[in-house]
Amino acid sequence: MKKIKKQLALEIDGVTSIIICGVGGQGILLSSDILCTSAFLSGYDVKKSEIHGMAQRGGSVITHVRFGKKVYSPLVEEGNADFILAFEKLEALRYSYFLKENGIVIVNDLQLPPMSVLTGAKEYPADIIEILSKFATVDIIPAQEIALKLGNVRVANVVLLGRLARHLKFPDEIWIDAIKENVKAQYLDLNIKAFEQGKIFKGNP
Amino acid sequence: MDKIERKILSGNEAVARGAWEAGCHFAAAYPGTPSTEILENIIKYQEIYVEWSVNEKVALEVCAGASFIGARAITAMKHVGLNVAADPMFTLGYTGVTGGLVIVTCDDPGMWSSQNEQDNRHYGRHAKIPILEPSDSNEAKIFAKMSFDLSEEFNSVFLLRLTTRISHSSGVVELGERKEVQVKGYVKDIKKRLVLPAHARILHQVVEGRLKKLAEYAESFPYNKIEWGDKNLGVISSGIAYNYAKEVFPEVSFLKLSLTYPLPKNLIKKFARSVKRLLVIEEGDPILEQEIKAMGIKVTGKEKVPICGELDPTVLKKSFNKKIHKPILELKDIPERPPVLCPGCPERGVFYVINKLKLVATGDIGCYTLGALPPLNAMDTCICMGASVTNAHGMDKAGGKDFSKKLVAVIGDSTFFHMGVPGLLNAVYNKGNLNLIILDNLTTAMTGHQPHPGTGKLARGEEGTRILPEDIARGCGVEFIRVVDPMDLKETEQAIKDALNFDGVTVIVFRSPCIFLKKPKPYLIVDIEKCNGCKLCLRLGCPAISLRKIESKEKPVAYIEPTLCNGCNLCTQLCQHNAIYPSKKE
Repeated sequence: MKKIKKQLALEIDGVTSIIICGVGGQGILLSSDILCTSAFLSGYDVKKSEIHGMAQRGGSVITHVRFGKKVYSPLVEEGNADFILAFEKLEALRYSYFLKENGIVIVNDLQLPPMSVLTGAKEYPADIIEILSKFATVDIIPAQEIALKLGNVRVANVVLLGRLARHLKFPDEIWIDAIKENVKAQYLDLNIKAFEQGKIFKGNP
Repeated sequence: MDKIERKILSGNEAVARGAWEAGCHFAAAYPGTPSTEILENIIKYQEIYVEWSVNEKVALEVCAGASFIGARAITAMKHVGLNVAADPMFTLGYTGVTGGLVIVTCDDPGMWSSQNEQDNRHYGRHAKIPILEPSDSNEAKIFAKMSFDLSEEFNSVFLLRLTTRISHSSGVVELGERKEVQVKGYVKDIKKRLVLPAHARILHQVVEGRLKKLAEYAESFPYNKIEWGDKNLGVISSGIAYNYAKEVFPEVSFLKLSLTYPLPKNLIKKFARSVKRLLVIEEGDPILEQEIKAMGIKVTGKEKVPICGELDPTVLKKSFNKKIHKPILELKDIPERPPVLCPGCPERGVFYVINKLKLVATGDIGCYTLGALPPLNAMDTCICMGASVTNAHGMDKAGGKDFSKKLVAVIGDSTFFHMGVPGLLNAVYNKGNLNLIILDNLTTAMTGHQPHPGTGKLARGEEGTRILPEDIARGCGVEFIRVVDPMDLKETEQAIKDALNFDGVTVIVFRSPCIFLKKPKPYLIVDIEKCNGCKLCLRLGCPAISLRKIESKEKPVAYIEPTLCNGCNLCTQLCQHNAIYPSKKE
């Protein structure tokens, strides 16, 4: 693996910035851990920043991940994220202000109405994908269904990570090592399958 | 190849690792975002005694005891936790240490999970205690480790100051080995540890002398360093703000401060002389700025950098009107998504009844603070840990008997053990009419389910002594005490009404485990035929229940999301048309 580390590390001089967002309890922290481990094993400096506590009780959560030769700020600048990995459609819209021109938004095809919508006080925006598609490349993936087909809806987070992997240059064996390092042994195979399903899903490019 | 092992750690994990590598023997803390994971990670190191203490004052005093015996001890708490532990901290500033003693305070700029964004760098100056401020995970480990040696070398408590963006950010950390350190053993020394006025007058002189020595040390401290660049502009910064500033002003000269109290004045003067214009970039209050100005140096700080809220690279760029990236689209009012009580939460029914009976409710700090949000709207005040009890007693005494007929105080089990007991004792002693509701979900839920005296479990899961809040209430002299199941709405309403009518202090313990501590029951289903869309079940504010328009009915009917519902049956009890039934028999 040492060979791979050398070659990748020199490739990208700047820093790649990724926003992972969704609803507290969707497993965002695990997928950001795996992503960071993969970047680290590929020889990059990596920093990430997440929010624990109150926001997790079903609230809106956002994790910043940045890797490159040398990373100072763990936080992504507005309008400077290369990717947004959104576990829920409304949260994709909420944090879209982070996305860079010609950035890529990967969206889980899932709607979780917040309390203000459940009580009828507010409307869940109907045209989120159309709005985002005007300004960015949008890649929708039904991670929930794919995870259910694999027998456990909880691995939707790693399905989404597999989708992101299509756009990053880390080799598969590094992703698998990173999953191994962050997932309990008895869930390893299930998570690796989820990762692969996410990566090969046919949907739009 | 380099033999150093590297790993990605959060700031909190790194502090725990640094303490372990420094040969730490002892750790005590009370949970509080963003500090909780420090003790949670120290738990993994078997060489170290760990305990969840009942509150931060107790935790620091327990650690001080360990230090008296010559053991190396560490306590960690969120910023407002240091307000609770301030009393012992000031005196320990005078006594100094025997075994190294480190206090970690984790501030929360932007208030992700706190009631304020107080800047605890003031505490070091006020209590005359040196401060180390890491700017990332690697420094968090290094400073945590060296603070024990420095604490013993300078005979001083050390304050390690983090913020959310250090505690809960992760980065690459170089790992070292653990250095075993002998526990020195106890030697009586009342001049040092028994702070009578006669001793304290001498100790204060010692403290001032110690601060001078520390100031000299700060001049050559390896992590107070100048990074020369373009000398037209010099930036002085510390903590996470340094890492933002490096991205916004990549080419300028930097003076990065890590031992930020006492300040290295000569180093600052030398840096200031060599740059044309000087900026101070710090998050929170203008602490460095004011001290530097007091040295007669011209510097720009809070006229540009905001004093409120969190800093980040974008905020900094806007403060110095540097070009920012144009966001791809402007966003109009997107529905908020605040946190909400989980589906099946044992605290929801109590709030539903409080709202239904139109009561005034003094609240406290925990998941249950979410009872304040619509549609439950069941909380009037929330000040700090334990204030629900005392605020209600004050309102009762000032508002009079009729007012307290409609007044309840709401506190969690962990918060009651933390700081609720003295207030209850006070209300009984002073003949008040306090109606105290203790929401006992058998865990410290908000910060991630840590144990407390009511769980009978200790930090590593071993058996402790279980103490019940109702027994404490009896010990405080309360006569009206009931333990009630909050999942039964009728019993809940009746118990609250009885308490309101009772003359004197009352305590109801609503006991039912947090949903994370038990298996969910089968999810519930709405019978579309029977449901007439009356929306009564929506008043529970359960995230699993919503409205759905279907063709065969003109009014929208209720819908329960199967992946969220865990069958708690509160909505079933409310429904007048028994339109809700379980998906399968238990």
